[in-house]
Amino acid sequence: MNIASVLATAGRVLAQIKHDPRTVALLLIVPSLLIGLVAWIFTETPVFATIGPAIIALFPFIVMFLVASISTLRERRSGTLERLLTMPVGKGSFILGYALAFGLLSIVQTAIAVAFSVWVCGLEIAGQIWLLFVVAVVDALLGTALGLLASAFARSEFQVVQFMPALVFPQILLGGLFLPRDQLPDVLQTIGDWLPLSHAMDALGAVASGDEDSAYVLVRIVFICAWIIGAIALGSVTLRRRTP
Amino acid sequence: MVNKSMAVEVDGLTVRRGKSTVLEDLTLDVHAGAVVGLLGPSGCGKSTLMRSIVGTQVVHAGSIRVFGEPAGSASLRRRVGYMTQSVSVYDDLTVRQNLDYFRKVLGAGPEVVDRVLDLTDLSGTAAQLVENLSGGQRSRVSLAVALLGEPDLLVLDEPTVGLDPVLRADLWALFRRLAADGATLLVSSHVMDEATRCDRLLLMREGDIIADDSPNGLLEATGTETAEEAFLALIAGQDRAPSPRPAHGRHRQVPGASEGSGQ
Repeated sequence: MNIASVLATAGRVLAQIKHDPRTVALLLIVPSLLIGLVAWIFTETPVFATIGPAIIALFPFIVMFLVASISTLRERRSGTLERLLTMPVGKGSFILGYALAFGLLSIVQTAIAVAFSVWVCGLEIAGQIWLLFVVAVVDALLGTALGLLASAFARSEFQVVQFMPALVFPQILLGGLFLPRDQLPDVLQTIGDWLPLSHAMDALGAVASGDEDSAYVLVRIVFICAWIIGAIALGSVTLRRRTP
Repeated sequence: MVNKSMAVEVDGLTVRRGKSTVLEDLTLDVHAGAVVGLLGPSGCGKSTLMRSIVGTQVVHAGSIRVFGEPAGSASLRRRVGYMTQSVSVYDDLTVRQNLDYFRKVLGAGPEVVDRVLDLTDLSGTAAQLVENLSGGQRSRVSLAVALLGEPDLLVLDEPTVGLDPVLRADLWALFRRLAADGATLLVSSHVMDEATRCDRLLLMREGDIIADDSPNGLLEATGTETAEEAFLALIAGQDRAPSPRPAHGRHRQVPGASEGSGQ
């Protein structure tokens, strides 16, 4: 791994996104609009206070999953990945470059979403707000890592987009957003307990309510990080210098 | 014994894709400092041979050495420049941003960017997005990336496709200049009239090298006027006799066919 290559790759990915202002605008504004819509729907109820944090957790994950999987699929198909792998760039540098770029992007995205939720929609964050950012960034990295992995198994953009519901929806359903996990059937609860997005939603819920201490949140973050490392390890196995 | 003056040594290379055999038992040597043209119709195995030499191809049998090291070795990644057949640069970056990224990955200084822009006659388009360029310009950006690291071996897969005759002549002049400075070039094309610009020609058909000679040698051996006619004459000869010259599959370089005979 080589720091210069990591930074160069991250800079290049961000420069590519910068040339696409519509994507940047959608990336930054859509989460706030949807959070606003949810808050409006539940105006007269206490529901937003519980599901608001979980929704903040979803965006970095879903968006980065899509952006990462499609951009690495494009690299595989355009020949740029093949070219890079004939150069002195490590697979780890390539993946970390992507992770760094999307991690930074998710900080901005989360900042806007949190600011909008708190000041416009009246979401109360009782816990420490920096923890909220840590969770959101870890969440984005998870999306990036899984997206890189998914791109290895997709031959077209159509397939990549189909991976999104396949990998993301079950995590939303089993994560406790619709029904708390302890009310799920045993098998589903066990599965949900092992999925990373469940822990992201738990962690953000805990930060918002302030019911749990930092240690509770940090354990969730470590759990998600284990998933990220696993996905990156698997993803780098799929980056082959030699292809048939 | 590793021969230092050899840029590429391919011995018994076999590549299969699915159930079909793309290359079988192919043997080839390329001397350092030569411009070698790899010609043949689309689908004859040119790109597969080139990918094998740069080490991105899964190989089933045989050995490939580049400057004495196994193809694809980490130590070769700064010494080999590769231009893929598709334009493998980022469409959503400017020309300069592309070059800047790849030179950072190669660990080269910022000054190389202007040098390759100049070499490929792209200085005027440096600030434009690649997606807004013409096909010929895009392929020159891809070539410029291959030149960034000042490689000792340049493997260029159809670098002149889609270029007008003036630009094509300029690029061949550039290739000659790079070779004069000591680089080895392996250049593929399906345009037969480019053949005369090489020191040495390899004609490929259906995964075999059917001729390996200097351009003049090839015309003399086949009694023809142009590379295209020579190619047709060779195929006609091959179709008449099931085991044509040179020996089917395995073959050795014709003595005296390389190292400056075409200069």
